Amino acid sequence: MTLLETQKLTRAYGGVVAVSEVDFEVEQGLITGLIGPNGAGKTTLFNNITGLDVPTSGTVQFKGKNITGKNAHTICRMGIARTFQNIRLFKELTVLENVMLGRHFKVGRSASTGRLATALKSFFSMEEEESIMREHALKWLSFFHLEHLVDELAKNLPYGHQRELEIARALATEPSLLFLDEPAAGMNPQETDALMKTIRKIRSLGITVVLIEHDMKLVMNICDTITVLNYGQNIAQGTPSQIKRNPLVVEAYLGKEDA
Amino acid sequence: MGSWAEFFQHLMNGLTLGGIYALIALGYTMVYGILKFINFAHGDILMMGSYIGLFVYNAIRGELLGFWTIIAFFLSMLVGMMFSAILGMAIEKIAYKPLRKATRLAPLLSAIGVSFILSNLAAWMWGTKSKKLEYPFDNSPIHLGDIAVTPHQIMILVVVVVMMVALKLFIDRSRLGKAMRATSLDQDTAKLMGIKVDRIIAITFAIGSALAATAGFLIALEIKVYPSMGTMTGLKAFVAAVVGGIGNISGAMVGGILLGLIETFGVALLGIPYALRDTIAFIILIIILLVKPEGLLGKAEKEKV
Amino acid sequence: MLNFILLIFIYSGIYALMAMGQNVITGYVGLLSLCQAGFFAIGSYATAILSVSYGWNFWLTVPIAGLLAALAGIIIGLPTLRLKGDYLAIATLGFGEIIRNIINNWDSLTGGPMGIKRIPMASIFGYTINPFDKWAFLGMVWIFVLLGYLFFKRLARSRIGRALEAIREDEIAASSMGINTTKYKVWAFALGAFAAGVAGSLQAVFTLSVTPGPFTFMVSIMVLCMVVLGGMGNFIAVILGAFLIQFISYFPQLVGLSNVIPPQFKQILFGLILVVMMIWRPQGILGRAPRMSISGIRRKKRTTSNGGESGDTIQGGSR
Repeated sequence: MTLLETQKLTRAYGGVVAVSEVDFEVEQGLITGLIGPNGAGKTTLFNNITGLDVPTSGTVQFKGKNITGKNAHTICRMGIARTFQNIRLFKELTVLENVMLGRHFKVGRSASTGRLATALKSFFSMEEEESIMREHALKWLSFFHLEHLVDELAKNLPYGHQRELEIARALATEPSLLFLDEPAAGMNPQETDALMKTIRKIRSLGITVVLIEHDMKLVMNICDTITVLNYGQNIAQGTPSQIKRNPLVVEAYLGKEDA
Repeated sequence: MGSWAEFFQHLMNGLTLGGIYALIALGYTMVYGILKFINFAHGDILMMGSYIGLFVYNAIRGELLGFWTIIAFFLSMLVGMMFSAILGMAIEKIAYKPLRKATRLAPLLSAIGVSFILSNLAAWMWGTKSKKLEYPFDNSPIHLGDIAVTPHQIMILVVVVVMMVALKLFIDRSRLGKAMRATSLDQDTAKLMGIKVDRIIAITFAIGSALAATAGFLIALEIKVYPSMGTMTGLKAFVAAVVGGIGNISGAMVGGILLGLIETFGVALLGIPYALRDTIAFIILIIILLVKPEGLLGKAEKEKV
Repeated sequence: MLNFILLIFIYSGIYALMAMGQNVITGYVGLLSLCQAGFFAIGSYATAILSVSYGWNFWLTVPIAGLLAALAGIIIGLPTLRLKGDYLAIATLGFGEIIRNIINNWDSLTGGPMGIKRIPMASIFGYTINPFDKWAFLGMVWIFVLLGYLFFKRLARSRIGRALEAIREDEIAASSMGINTTKYKVWAFALGAFAAGVAGSLQAVFTLSVTPGPFTFMVSIMVLCMVVLGGMGNFIAVILGAFLIQFISYFPQLVGLSNVIPPQFKQILFGLILVVMMIWRPQGILGRAPRMSISGIRRKKRTTSNGGESGDTIQGGSR
């Protein structure tokens, strides 16, 4: 089943077209890789799907609903979470608080209470609310074996842990679709192996994963399907073995890498 | 509206006022272009330069109006400009440079502090009473048909045009100007290319401050010199810089002229009460920031995600 | 002498309320607003007008003063909060001046430059809180400060406070976490304005007359100094800052040197405080409030109810 779909998605900055009429599909339950040379428009595509940027034209459909141009927070609440290429943690907050923020919008939103009532409830029954958020956050931290670092400030974590924390924070929003922007960047081979296991584990929780990655070993290993962007255009999609053999891709990208 | 003559009169007033705004706005915009921060003390640097110019002028001008008083006026202006330039560089070195790697809020707070120090220092040293700057020439209006133009207005326009052309040539043509543009595009790369970024920043402050002193000295003839003379004028010049597109030299010029015209015609034609004249600028600021936040000539800058 | 010290404490209290409001905006959300003077003025005039022209009881005017200021905050906030830090500073500064301009020119409502005189004193249960009886007034002001402190402290510790800090740390990441950043920024602005409005209300029943004169940019700068000096993001620190700044303000009078020390002295000092603190101690005297730790919360919880299971595993993990 198609979970997310873009149709002729275009994003132009003045005369520069970063993403050009891209049709991109994400199947539920699969791990989708998004690859392409630097500047191919991968992150721009992510941003346009997750509401950080507004497409010039084209549409984004998520679970059959049109989400084109909606706010980032609305899109997150609908079930799309993401991480960032250049890790964006809340640096001066603790590890636990970072993950608890992923729970922020989940709390106190029962259907019957209004907005003001929700705010008042947050204020007066804070302890209860906090402990629910904390339990949940801790669950995700233990998923990454980060429990022992809860009270550490995020900025003090080693790089690899920061990447993990960012994913934990995204997962805390309980997404059905998770976007990872270069999750293995800057990791050593062991860390990358661990990351691959984690990503598979995330999929086994029923979460669909889309990732941008330059590490071809990781991409070819764990992705069920791969989409290749070049100069803002979707030039190929298929299974890893199909992509490896695709002459267009080899020319644009892999050829240079292998040489 | 009355007649063409009246219209032309307002146009002239608007252009001179706008020219002044433009000169001040250039300082804001140049600093913003390079350091991405608003030099809150810019208006106070203007005030300090005007005071120094005034003192020099009073000391050397003598009694009789004539050719010498005009020379003396420009000499004094030059001294005021130099003083402001040095002051600007000193402030940058002491209060802003240590904060270049700090959070965005830090240099801004520091600049507010500097502004407060300067204006109160001036009030303490020279009193809060405004000091009159005597015209170096007979300022009775020259009548060209129905239109009256004062020599003061002509002087302002001439100086403003000369300064702007000189600045534009300097930025576009000279080696230093090129280095400046490079620095504002990308400091790190500029550094790698062998540009002494610290020096460029210092020069930027010097030029901006000198231009502000010029503007201050020119309007002082009309509004006198007093400790808070730079505050409101400075704020409005900042608005002009934003309207034109902050960080953009031509934008500051266009924005300044435009704001001067809008203010003048707003009061003259739209019947906006004179007491609310200062409010016009801020309303324009809000509108521009909502409709076209990058300004008329600026480029939209987007935070990289 | 004692009277004078009491006066310093009264003003410290009034300004502490404003500084706490500024702290929400600047210390928590990281936005530089320079408009507290304007909100302060709105609060003062609300109490003055409602009690003089309409005969309202002081206690009824207080929430109205706060709400009107908050409303002004929202009106200012909605268009400007999309702006980046530096623009916001200028825009709010401009708004502060506009508020003063309006008060100065709206003669029929505000009495123009002459202001409003003979504001009735506040009273409670038949007891009049006479501003000349400094102890009583001091008590009233600091009860407000205490209430404000408890409120803000709790807010800061709730998920709302955390969301505000997340916005300061990284607005883009916060919005990608499902946090409606615009909404929170506007609310923070409104709350900060509310506190200043209440402070204005107190000011009105202290001086018993209001004129537009004192509500200048200078007030906003003083409030900013209090937050910076004490420590951004720490409400106790900000109250301390309020006291220190007021102490500096009245120091020349306190030691009887007001003839020797020029009035500009304190302003120059405020400016120096901003510069020096930014360069050498940007976190302020006390620094940001410490992050809460799991172990700290457990200690708290044990006294109230059962400790959480999760806490135990954490304890194990951290050993």
